[in-house]
Amino acid sequence: MNTVCPRDAAELAACVAEAGAQRMPLGVTGLATKTGLGRPVKAAAHLDLSAFNGVTFYEPQELVLSALAATRIETIERLLAEYDQELAFEPMSFAAIYGTGAGTLGGCLMANLSGPRRIKAGAARDHILGVKAVSGRGEIFKAGGRVVKNVTGYDLSRGLAGSFGTLAIVTEVTFKVLPRAPSTVTLVLQDLAPQRAISALCSAMGAPADVSGAAHLPLFAARALGFDHAITALRLEGIPPSVTERFDRLAARLVDFGRAERFETPDSAVLWRAIRDVIPLATEAQRIIWKISVAPTNGPKVVEAVQREIFAECLFDWSGGLVWLAIEPCADAAEKVIRRAVAQNGGGHATLLRAPADVRARVPVFQPQPPVLAELARRLKHEFDPYGILEPGRMAAEV
Amino acid sequence: MLARRAEIIAALREIVPGEGVIATQAGLRAYECDAFTAYRALPMVVVLPDTVAQVSAVLAYCHANNVKIVPRGAGTSLSGGALPLGDGVLLSMMKFNRIKEVDFANRIVVAEPGVTNLAITRAVEERGFYYAPDPSSQIACSIGGNVAENSGGVHCLKYGLTTNNVLGVEIVLMTGEIVRLGGRHLDAEGYDLLGLVVGSEGMLGVVTEVTVRILQAPETARALLVAFDSSEAAGASVADIIAAGIIPGGMEMMDRRAINAAEDFVHAGYPREAEALLIIELDGPAVEVDNLVLRVEAIALKRGATQCRISQSDAERLTFWAGRKAAFPAVGRISPDYLCMDGTIPRKELPKVLAGMRALSERYGLRVANVFHAGDGNLHPLILYDANNPGELDRAEAFGADILRLCVEVGGVLTGEHGVGIEKRDLMPAMFTDVDLAYQIRVKCVFDEKHLLNPGKVFPQLHRCAELGAMHVHAGRLAFPEIPRF
Repeated sequence: MNTVCPRDAAELAACVAEAGAQRMPLGVTGLATKTGLGRPVKAAAHLDLSAFNGVTFYEPQELVLSALAATRIETIERLLAEYDQELAFEPMSFAAIYGTGAGTLGGCLMANLSGPRRIKAGAARDHILGVKAVSGRGEIFKAGGRVVKNVTGYDLSRGLAGSFGTLAIVTEVTFKVLPRAPSTVTLVLQDLAPQRAISALCSAMGAPADVSGAAHLPLFAARALGFDHAITALRLEGIPPSVTERFDRLAARLVDFGRAERFETPDSAVLWRAIRDVIPLATEAQRIIWKISVAPTNGPKVVEAVQREIFAECLFDWSGGLVWLAIEPCADAAEKVIRRAVAQNGGGHATLLRAPADVRARVPVFQPQPPVLAELARRLKHEFDPYGILEPGRMAAEV
Repeated sequence: MLARRAEIIAALREIVPGEGVIATQAGLRAYECDAFTAYRALPMVVVLPDTVAQVSAVLAYCHANNVKIVPRGAGTSLSGGALPLGDGVLLSMMKFNRIKEVDFANRIVVAEPGVTNLAITRAVEERGFYYAPDPSSQIACSIGGNVAENSGGVHCLKYGLTTNNVLGVEIVLMTGEIVRLGGRHLDAEGYDLLGLVVGSEGMLGVVTEVTVRILQAPETARALLVAFDSSEAAGASVADIIAAGIIPGGMEMMDRRAINAAEDFVHAGYPREAEALLIIELDGPAVEVDNLVLRVEAIALKRGATQCRISQSDAERLTFWAGRKAAFPAVGRISPDYLCMDGTIPRKELPKVLAGMRALSERYGLRVANVFHAGDGNLHPLILYDANNPGELDRAEAFGADILRLCVEVGGVLTGEHGVGIEKRDLMPAMFTDVDLAYQIRVKCVFDEKHLLNPGKVFPQLHRCAELGAMHVHAGRLAFPEIPRF
């Protein structure tokens, strides 16, 4: 397959315009860390964006950073750390799940990445300020700007979040950045069953403790990280006296759930990175992984419903609202079981995050939409990519 | 269209019986403008539906009969977002005023669009929760309107805008189809259509239900009232605070004219001779707030603050805010009329923009007072004028447009909170090329191909959807013939 490496937006636009004229489907990558995510795409040619690399604008006092889309996350994070700042949405790395890595800043937006801190700070889509992009028509356009308070026109930057390159190819992204907390402490409760654990997490989220991570690892997941019992973890970040006081108050509030243990850095950071990257479930490489998004209190019910029918290991994040499931390989990825469990327990959505390519070709990877929503998605796709050349079929058969 | 008025009114009365259809002159007049009062127009008819089924039927009827429709919440828009069309229906959503559900465990509230912003906080405050985005009009503005405008407020640097706090909506499309986007869970399952709907100024659909996230209120809040003898010093302090890794709950600035107007009105104890006043609010756990207060004080003094007061009680904190909260009506006392502008700039450009405004003020012969969301760079220049003086409104508008162009020039944007509406429609080309605007209009085409929903807002030129269509390859020639090909 042909690979083209455009050097800048103008070249990229010309490539895309030509591909459109020839109705030639394109695969697009930055560092190719997420090629395992989504339905397999039958591309006739490959656009490699690795030349779109470099920070173009960074003003710590303005809390803004712009970079070309294929700039490595690791590069960005190192630069931000020098100024005690960070990407507050804590983008996950796919090192464990796919054996790849953290990917690019543009990829963060395209996959709408986030990590445990999503419950407090939001996801990539909540931190995007502006984009420059090339549409499937080969036209260069921009949206948004460099400031947080911006309601000028429709929010196309956010509209591109989670679109996996199927609407437009972003060439430059501008994100809000925030101060990094000077210290972190994790409150850990042990040996709680999922329902009880999520009750503890939700209670903590309802306290004025400013929790920035709320996760539960049942025994299997906890063992994978070296613990003997299920682990329920709450992260507190801030200045040391604040963190200590909040820890004490939270421990007192949660006393009915058990004795609170205290994890400091570096153990605390290692734990949250493992949760962020789903390490406890991902290391059994043959297992299929689902990512499920529900109302927090429904998380345990969904898992119970699934486990009544099939074997599944799980990990809860976002105070129960994010459920990761790992199941044994099977031809249909247990799709019916899992999506039914979600539908019958309050609703939400399930994404088939890791599975062999032939399974992903057969089973809907992203949550199937009701007809009216599917039609809106099709129309949006058609407006931005009328010839259907950008990653066709990556998200659904018609987009 | 106007000839069909009687027919349209009759059809609407079939859908919404009784008082839900208003067709008398006197009745229509109440809806002739929103808070952008310089522009008024009587709608053809006003409809106030009670149920989602009625909303759906009204839109479906309008779609089938090519009747334009303008949705309206509380009518607090400062950009003319709910300005009616003489040949269109005005759809008021204010009967949708119930809070449907409060779920403390999952920390969400489900509300109808006509519920006021503050009413959501009121519904959850007994358990220590609140809804974070707090526009100044929160006592009156509707949550549906907040969704349309992606409203902000003093606390949005720390807690986000509406779009960061809405988890789901039920929305009726122009065809009458009812759609749910999002819900009680985080993240979209596919395209972020909810992200497109929030801030779409009532042009993509009519919201009939909103699911928002609520937060536990911070344990405490303290404020600093800091005076400077130059806006440069105040601006430098703001930059230093952010550089120190401090994100205040709120950080506001007022210039000398605004300070004195406020002081005349509410006697909050503001220092009248200050060139710039900063009100900084720090919230969180007490031990953290106490630490931050000292650090902010040190920063302000280092930058030459002429006065620095720290609130010792919640009552005192509220008096610090009293003048700022009364700033707009205070300015309304010193001038028969004023135009409230809304633009955002990178914070560091403030001295330059203030200097630019002083020059423009002289050129136009009109005074301006400034209230500035220093935390996020959102400016509210208040241009003082007298509508009774011929030409003064025009001059004020021209002055305002020049301010917004200056905002864009220094790397900012045309509107931070109030939306484009009709007010800034013609300035959109200052920020976006035709191609940029075409992609926004394409989104409109996805949701409302006939352009019947709130037409004439946001975009300076209407393009029929088909016009935006085909790609052109002129005479077989392609651009950039020398680059590598497939």
